[in-house]
This record gives sequence, C-alpha cells and structure tokens, in this order.
Amino acid sequence: MRFELTTDQRDFGASLDRLLASSDTVAVARAWAEGDHEPGLKLWARLAEQGLLMLATEATPVELVIAFEALGRHAVPGPWVESAAYLPLALGAEVDGVATVALPPHVPFALDADVADRVYVGASPATSVGDLRVSVDRARRLFEVSGEGETHAAAFDLAALATAAQLLGAGEQVLADSVTYVKQRKQFGREIGSYQAIKHALADVRIALDFARPLVYGAALDVNRRDVSAAKVATADAAYLASRTALQVHGAIGYTQEFDLSVWITKIRALVTAWGTPALHRAAVLEELTR
Amino acid sequence: MDLELSESELAFQAEARAWLEANVPAEPLPSMDTAEGWARHQEWEAKLTEARYSVVSWPTEYHGREASLIEWVVFEEEYYRAGAPGRVSQNGIFLLAPIIFDHGTKEQQDRFLPTMASGERIWAQCWSEPEAGSDLASLKSTARRDDERGGWLLNGQKTWSSRASFAHWGFGLFRSDPEAARHNGLTYFLFPLDREGITVRPIAQLDGEAGFAEIFFEDVFVPDTDVLGAPGEGWSVAMSTAGNERGLSLRSPGRFCAAADRLVELWREKGDVVPSAADGVVDAWIKAQAYRLFTWGTVTRLADGGEMGAAGSVNKVFWSELDIALHETALDLLGPEAETESRWLDGYTFSLSGPIYAGTNEVQRNIVAERILGLPREPKGAQR
Repeated sequence: MRFELTTDQRDFGASLDRLLASSDTVAVARAWAEGDHEPGLKLWARLAEQGLLMLATEATPVELVIAFEALGRHAVPGPWVESAAYLPLALGAEVDGVATVALPPHVPFALDADVADRVYVGASPATSVGDLRVSVDRARRLFEVSGEGETHAAAFDLAALATAAQLLGAGEQVLADSVTYVKQRKQFGREIGSYQAIKHALADVRIALDFARPLVYGAALDVNRRDVSAAKVATADAAYLASRTALQVHGAIGYTQEFDLSVWITKIRALVTAWGTPALHRAAVLEELTR
Repeated sequence: MDLELSESELAFQAEARAWLEANVPAEPLPSMDTAEGWARHQEWEAKLTEARYSVVSWPTEYHGREASLIEWVVFEEEYYRAGAPGRVSQNGIFLLAPIIFDHGTKEQQDRFLPTMASGERIWAQCWSEPEAGSDLASLKSTARRDDERGGWLLNGQKTWSSRASFAHWGFGLFRSDPEAARHNGLTYFLFPLDREGITVRPIAQLDGEAGFAEIFFEDVFVPDTDVLGAPGEGWSVAMSTAGNERGLSLRSPGRFCAAADRLVELWREKGDVVPSAADGVVDAWIKAQAYRLFTWGTVTRLADGGEMGAAGSVNKVFWSELDIALHETALDLLGPEAETESRWLDGYTFSLSGPIYAGTNEVQRNIVAERILGLPREPKGAQR
C-alpha cells in the first residue's frame, strides 16, 4: 500500500508543468477563443511530442490523470479529453492529429469540430458538422453534429476521469491565484488576506480540493463507474467552490474578461457539466451502491 | 502507487475481522456516559486487551502488538465495520499516550501505559477553562511550587472535560510561571480525580447525559513525578496532543465508511419514501470514501517519515462536517420518527459537538489559512 505518486510520475507532472508554464497558455486560450488556432495547434504538437495522445493506450490512467491535471492548471484549450482519453479507447487506437466526438445526450456537441481532423459521433464519423454554439468558456468551441454512434462505456469513464483531473488542476490554479491576490490587495489598512472572512473562505477551498484529489487518483488505480463518478462529483464541487471564492475575493477586477482569472472561472463552469453533469454522476454512484 | 494490502496485512485483517465477528456485542452497549454503560464499556476494553486489540500499534510490553500504521488503519476499519462499541479509553490511548511515549520518562511509561491500554484507568482531558476556550493560551489555573514536598499545588477551574464525570485520572495545563505570557510558563500535569482538593461536577450534555464535567482545584498536590515533560514547556508538549486529536487518530476513516454504508442500507429501506435524500446519501458516501483515501495518502507520507503538521486541521474540518451531514441525511430518511430515540439520533447529537471540540472549526480554518496557505496572521485582540 503506497498511495503517493512515484518519483517518475512526479517528474512527468513537473516537466509538463514547466513546458506549459513557459508556453503562455492564457494567450493560447484567448487566441483559440477568437478562432485563431495557430498557437494552440503548435502547443498541441508539442504536447503530442510529450506522448499525451498515447497515454490512454500506452500508459496507466494515473499518468493520464497527471497530464490532465496539468492541462487544467494551465487552461490549455482543445479537444484533449476527446483525443487523448475517449477516442483512443473507443476506437482501440491512438489518435493521429486532432479528433473530436459528440455523444448525445450527455456530450451533445463536438468540441472544436471546426479545427479537428476527424469528427465522430460515438465511434462513427459524423455525417455533418453544423453551427457553432457559444459556450460560457469561449475557448470551448462547440459544434452541432449529425450522425449515429454508440457510447463506449469504459471510454466514457476514462473521459469523465480526465475531466475530473482538469477540474482539479483548474481549481488548484484559481486557489493559488486567489492566495497571491489577497496577500497583495490592501483595504482598511491591511492585506485582505488577514481578515477571517477571506481566510475561512479560502481554507474551505483548500479543504475541498485536498479531499477531491485522492478520489481522482484512487479512481485512476481502478477505473470503474462508481469511483469515476465520485471523483467527477467531488472535483466539480471543489473546483466550482474554488472559482466562486476566487471571483469573490478578487472583487470587481475578477469580473472582467481582461483579467486572466476569467479564463479559469468560465472553464470550470463549463467542465462542471461536461462529460456527465453532477446529477448524472450522483445518480451513477447511487445506482452502483444499491445494485 | 497502489492500494493493495500485503499478505501479512491481509492476514491481520482476516484475524481481526474474525475476532470482532465473534466478540462484538450483538446489542449496542448503553451510553458510556451513564454508570451502567461506563462499566460495560470498561468490560469491553478488558476483553479487547485480553485479545491484544485495545492498542494494536503499541509495544508488546504495554499490551500492544507493534502493528504498523497501515495495520492500525486496517484494524480501525474492521472495528467500525463490525459495529463495535465506542472507545471509553480514547482520551488516554489516542490523545495522552502519544505524549507519554514522546515526552514521558520510562518510569511514567511503565506506570501509566498498561492500565491506560487495558481500560482499568480511564483518563479525562482538562483543557478549557470558563475564560479560555478557543484562546486556550489565556488559561488562568495555576500551579504553585511546593519545594518542601517536591511538587506543585494546583488551583483554579477546568471545564468541558470529556469523560471526567466517571474518569479516574485527568491531564491538563496549568500556569506554573505567573510572570510568563500566554504560551510560556505552562506545565503539563497528570492527577487522580479523587485527590484531595479536587471537586468534579458533571454537566449534562445536549442529550441529557454527563459526557463532560467541570473540575475545581483547591491546593491540589501533584508530585514532580506526575509532571509530563519539562515544567514551563507544557504548551509545546500539549500541542502534540492537539495535533493527534484533530488528525488521524481520533476519527479513523473506518467510522465514516461504516456509517456511510449503514446510510446506504437505510436508503434501500426508506429511499422510496424520501427520494429527496438521494444527494445526501451519495455525498456522504463520496466524502467517506474521500476521507478513507486521504488517510491512506497521509499514512504513506507518515510511513516515509513525514509529519502531520497543520494537515490535521484540514482533516478535522472535513470529518466533523461530514459527520453532521451524514447523520442529518439519516434523520431525513427516518421521516417523522426521526425525533425519537435511535442509534442515528445518538450519532446525530454526538456529531453536533464535532465542529466545536478539539479546537473549533473556526480555529482550524485559521490554521489552514495561515500555516498551509500562508496568509498573514490577523492582529489579535488584547493579549493577556
């Protein structure tokens, strides 16, 4: 029994973090949101070189989770869950290039279908790609698609787990940004982070994330519906609390699109319902517990 | 990274499970905060001790079996899964014992640990005072030097002392240096509660039972041999107890996992009638599972030589809130009968104390914010 990442796994996460930290991912996400895919596709290629598209077929779900936590922390845009988690399992092969998928009713639109090399419905190619639907997260460009295809259950679980890991990373990032901000911002003559109202709110975020994390890594050790759904519920709750708290402690500046916090606040809200809503996953846990 | 138990750990688990199945009383014991229940719980402790299950992680010379931290968690899971009685000796074995192991002399260890392990001598903790609750360091009870007899004279008042109504001995902090401020000049004392000058007055808790008491000290003599750690250093000695109480030991994951499993059973019976409780059931189970996995992570880090530190405060807020939410959901499921006596109602009433004792959750959140997140300390009010 050793419930801790190995040194290799830690190093893998740290090297991804370094790569992303030096890639100005916020600028990449903002360009992507405007339909300028060039910087994002360059980053896609660099991450593919790091083996991200092979994780589902060649590595363990633990490595997959480590990678998606980093993608969430840096708000990397693009259909990563689709290309690196769902499709490799559903198709039985690694994705070459950029691919995306819709799985109505739970994944009703295909993310970034305009830039994807291949678009699927279930495991079958989509028959047509329709209009853009604007997401709360402008960097999530959703498209209506037509086609018929079955949902691959195990692949769906892996995709939901990857989304949970993204939420965890995004939640950690907005907490870190909030802590930095409340140590700088002064009102009534002292740092607002010295007031209990702010401290307690951020402490609750720390606690929620600390207890969501082991569910994600526990589910990665044995990917099954019950544990994946539990992880998705807990990370959605924790990350959403983190984003609401982050907005509140930042005040009006946090409510602007220009301030980078907006990139994560909108992404977290979108991911809460992506790859299974909290209601769907809670129902799944209950069904598994009482079957 | 794995969650697999080794062969020897699995063997230990099977042995503990078999023993508990054969020995756990079929009917829950009466509350330990009644005279009859107290005696029955002490009998249960004796039975555990005979089978060497009362303090599995302790050295064999003190009734233990030198179990590893992993085995301890495994045992706790089995213990609560089996529905075994609450531990009347828990203040001693979980809160005081770690301090005696770390700070006590060999003579003190030999004198105190065996009867603590066996439940023959039950310990009460004496921290709070009427004017010193969350601000424990402002405590005013005094210890005055008595050189002639080689010891100290205790005076003052302690309150909210868990188990003190029936316990045999107490442990607590007293101000031994009147000149020193706050955290300095405190000394950690051990004393029998029937000693001359001590008056124990039981206090009925929310459920009407005397789970705690107030204690008055009037020139109570304590010999030097019953001082724990160095005189004047009681605060740092005591803080290691506080860490234990908040953290791993007092609330092992086994209790929440077992309670969550029972809640799922209750849902099977009553879910049709109260479908709105569904989310509460799911969230309680998820959080119990999170607590269990979080504990395995903590155990791994501790086994690698890491320290609990402020992480105990993260734990304490989480389990105390989980405990209340879980029991509230059970009461929701019980419908209009929820207000009548039941094991769930007992558990609910007990859970309400969780966010208060062992350092209120407000104090814990300050610790999380200041020591883990690194936020600036708040200017405190008048200091002494």
